[in-house]
Amino acid sequence: MNDDQKEMSCAAFQAQLPDLIGSGETAADHPHLRNCELCRALLADLETIAEAARQLFPIVEPPDELWEHIESAIKKETS
Amino acid sequence: MHQSRFPLRPLDSVPEQLGGGMPAPLADSSPPQIPQPGPPVLSSNPVEADALARAQAGDHHAFAQLYSLHKRRIYSLCLRMVGNISEAEDLTQEAFLQLHRKIATFRGDSAFSTWLHRMAINVVLMQLRKKGLSLISLDEAMEPAVEERPGRSFGEPDLTLSGAIDRMALQKAIDELPSGYRLIFVLHDIEGYEHNEIASMLDCSIGNSKSQLHKARLKLRAALRIHPHEEGPR
Repeated sequence: MNDDQKEMSCAAFQAQLPDLIGSGETAADHPHLRNCELCRALLADLETIAEAARQLFPIVEPPDELWEHIESAIKKETS
Repeated sequence: MHQSRFPLRPLDSVPEQLGGGMPAPLADSSPPQIPQPGPPVLSSNPVEADALARAQAGDHHAFAQLYSLHKRRIYSLCLRMVGNISEAEDLTQEAFLQLHRKIATFRGDSAFSTWLHRMAINVVLMQLRKKGLSLISLDEAMEPAVEERPGRSFGEPDLTLSGAIDRMALQKAIDELPSGYRLIFVLHDIEGYEHNEIASMLDCSIGNSKSQLHKARLKLRAALRIHPHEEGPR
């Protein structure tokens, strides 16, 4: 495979990536990845980013006074 | 200041999965031949189901209880979607005000938490649209920016991020995503919505949702490559 073919092949593979990842299929099994270190690295990075992001956002407590604001607004609306 | 005389207090100590000690559901509206009379069960959590039934009947204490049960999740959702504490507080407030207005219309077609979550997302989306968000992004999908073009820009495999993502750098990169990208990234990768659900919420195609998510991830990757280790020692 010459460089042009490889680049085209990478472009074609990467164009399919949103669908491959979005479909829940195992993109890692795609034949293109067997010989393409660059796209393997890309896929690994994207999966790592998604996984890291899922762990990034804890459930947080709103400030106590927020309830006071809400009940005050409710009171205004219902009075 | 918001010194309220409204005699409600959220019940912070209510455990989210605890069912004991709650009064039986209110008014029986079922036909007598049905074995378990009572209103439809609108939540699988007995504490929530009871609070919900009472809140739908206008009980403000029950509404405060629902707030306590769901405030963390809704506030966290708003915070993730907009990335700004003050805005997240305003949006959480608006979400619960909407809930108060519409709670009587909840019929249990989905889980209450799902319904409320969706309502909060709609509140955020409306706010973002008011601020001019055009979900960019949705129409730019076919015209990748330079750093997003496939092939060359992803270059050297030795730069791979795998296993070495810095939390602070990732947080910063997410915060700096354009609103449309951020929205879809948060809804899909953090909140776990499917593309068909996102497409329905955002009134775009499933293909657009996938494309936007992909672009968001590529932007994050590019940002993390430029600033892979901004964080100091942890």
